[in-house]
Amino acid sequence: MVEKTPILDFFTYIFLITGILIVGFPIIYSLIAATQTLEDVSRVPMPLVPGDQFFVNMKQAWSRGDLGTQIMNSFLMATGITVGKIAVSILGAFSIVYFDYRFRAVAFASVFCTLMLPVEVRIMPTYEVAANVLGPVQSIWEFCHLNDIVSWFTGNDFEISLNWSLLDSYTGLILPLVASATCTFLFRQFFLTVPEELCEAAKMDGASPMTFFRKILLPLSRTNIAALVVIEFVYGYNQYLWPLLITTNPKMTTAVIGLQNLIPQADDLPEWNLALGAAVLVMLPPVLVVLFMQRWFVKGLIEREK
Amino acid sequence: MIKRSFFKSRYLPYFLILPQVIVTLTFFYWPAFQGLMQSFLLSDPFGRQSKFVWFYNYIELFSDPLYLKSILITFVFSLSVAIVSLSLGLFIATMANRALRATALVRTLLIWPYAVAPAISGILWLFLLHPSYGIVALGIKNVFGMNWNPVLNGTDAMVMITMASAWKQISYNFVFFMAGMQAIPKSLIEAAAIDGASPLRRFWSITFPLLSPTFFFLSVMNIIYSFFETFGVIHTVTQGGPGGSTNILVYKVYQDGFVGLNMGSSSAQSVILMSLIILITVIQFRFVEKKVQYTG
Repeated sequence: MVEKTPILDFFTYIFLITGILIVGFPIIYSLIAATQTLEDVSRVPMPLVPGDQFFVNMKQAWSRGDLGTQIMNSFLMATGITVGKIAVSILGAFSIVYFDYRFRAVAFASVFCTLMLPVEVRIMPTYEVAANVLGPVQSIWEFCHLNDIVSWFTGNDFEISLNWSLLDSYTGLILPLVASATCTFLFRQFFLTVPEELCEAAKMDGASPMTFFRKILLPLSRTNIAALVVIEFVYGYNQYLWPLLITTNPKMTTAVIGLQNLIPQADDLPEWNLALGAAVLVMLPPVLVVLFMQRWFVKGLIEREK
Repeated sequence: MIKRSFFKSRYLPYFLILPQVIVTLTFFYWPAFQGLMQSFLLSDPFGRQSKFVWFYNYIELFSDPLYLKSILITFVFSLSVAIVSLSLGLFIATMANRALRATALVRTLLIWPYAVAPAISGILWLFLLHPSYGIVALGIKNVFGMNWNPVLNGTDAMVMITMASAWKQISYNFVFFMAGMQAIPKSLIEAAAIDGASPLRRFWSITFPLLSPTFFFLSVMNIIYSFFETFGVIHTVTQGGPGGSTNILVYKVYQDGFVGLNMGSSSAQSVILMSLIILITVIQFRFVEKKVQYTG
């Protein structure tokens, strides 16, 4: 601090502690609610002294919400998206930065423009693609009247119908979300700051592009990758709209969506202790990842937006 | 931009970028194109036939009072979320920046709501603001002496989803404001202090103007967040109700398309949202160029 301002300092800490408490309050309160009996949790106001029903509630919520399966699904989805996104983007960025080819600018622009097409603005048609991934190919095939052409050539009736549904599958949960403009940008920006000499030296030593990538670029990108792992894991785990659209089987749905079934509705028993216990449990994996990898997370968050 | 020294290879670069291109073509461009086409078509309720109707769907939309209301709601909602979360984030960051000794601890205590899914944040606030059980609801009833019922009252429901959405965003804004403040040279602040500027004066005359790029960037990000990512909050907390009072644009696309199966209208709404996000992105990138000049 620049000068001594004891009164202001005092208020600073008071405000800061109030702020932290306000931000933390929903969680603390939910945790307390998760330890109460049904009777206590529906008292107004709910007692702020934790009860002793935590494990009983958790056990019940766990089995009623099928949380084991769903958290596992969320975890697999988040991991798949993280790994897929990073792999796809780092290779794409390597191609864009370190090679000169005819469609480089086009490729870069096409990746760039996906920034403007979040899944929320193309809900229905993306669902249709997921219901049949080969639909686009089929449409193009029909548009070109290839059936007729083949029939004409072979003299027989020829019809092709392609069908591959991603609904209710891990591929469907993961694949459409692995393309990312922001990750590709981050790697591109980073690659542009890598000294030219490294590449020259590698070439002089006769390294192939992939050797250069594996032995030099990949180790240099370690911190960027760590930062993206945190951000993309949180992103993947917290997805809502996409899993909601493409999963109908409760065994395939994710935890964040499954929680909805535990919220007491108007004419149910007000079992908020179960709902909140489950909510806290489900939010735990990404929160832990952020807390334990805070340093990389903050770095990644700020770098990514540049 | 390309490196001065680069590799020459005939097929490798295409092969490397192929996965990205395939995924973007199949899941981004093709659906976007389909959506655009569908927005000019009118199908019968069974989806058997469709007719090309030019801008009929758009004209219908803009003469539909429900859609106009949804636009208004979305703007009110995103502005409220941005104002609440930006001001609280800035306030807490200013305080945290003054408490130099505990910065790391404070950051740890404030950062984690970022990792909470919007839908889960919705559940927590649903309980806090529940008309019969919520403790915050009870406080509102006692302090303001008003009847609080987000299940029946549209304004109350709007306040509820705003709180649930803004809460999680406070920590995001906090991280950026904090980073922005720590990047301001200490010498500037010290020079001002020697000239006799009070802490408040220093904040308004030095810190705040230097934070303006961060501020602008965060405003854009918060608006994008409240336009699109709050879908989970709406879906868990209000489902657009009561009486459409929290039916923001994204939720309406989902309801009309996925639930109501009105493809033409839903696609037209998607296209409008798409143009909106393109506009936001263009503004943002315009600004980024300015920011580069600004910081020299």
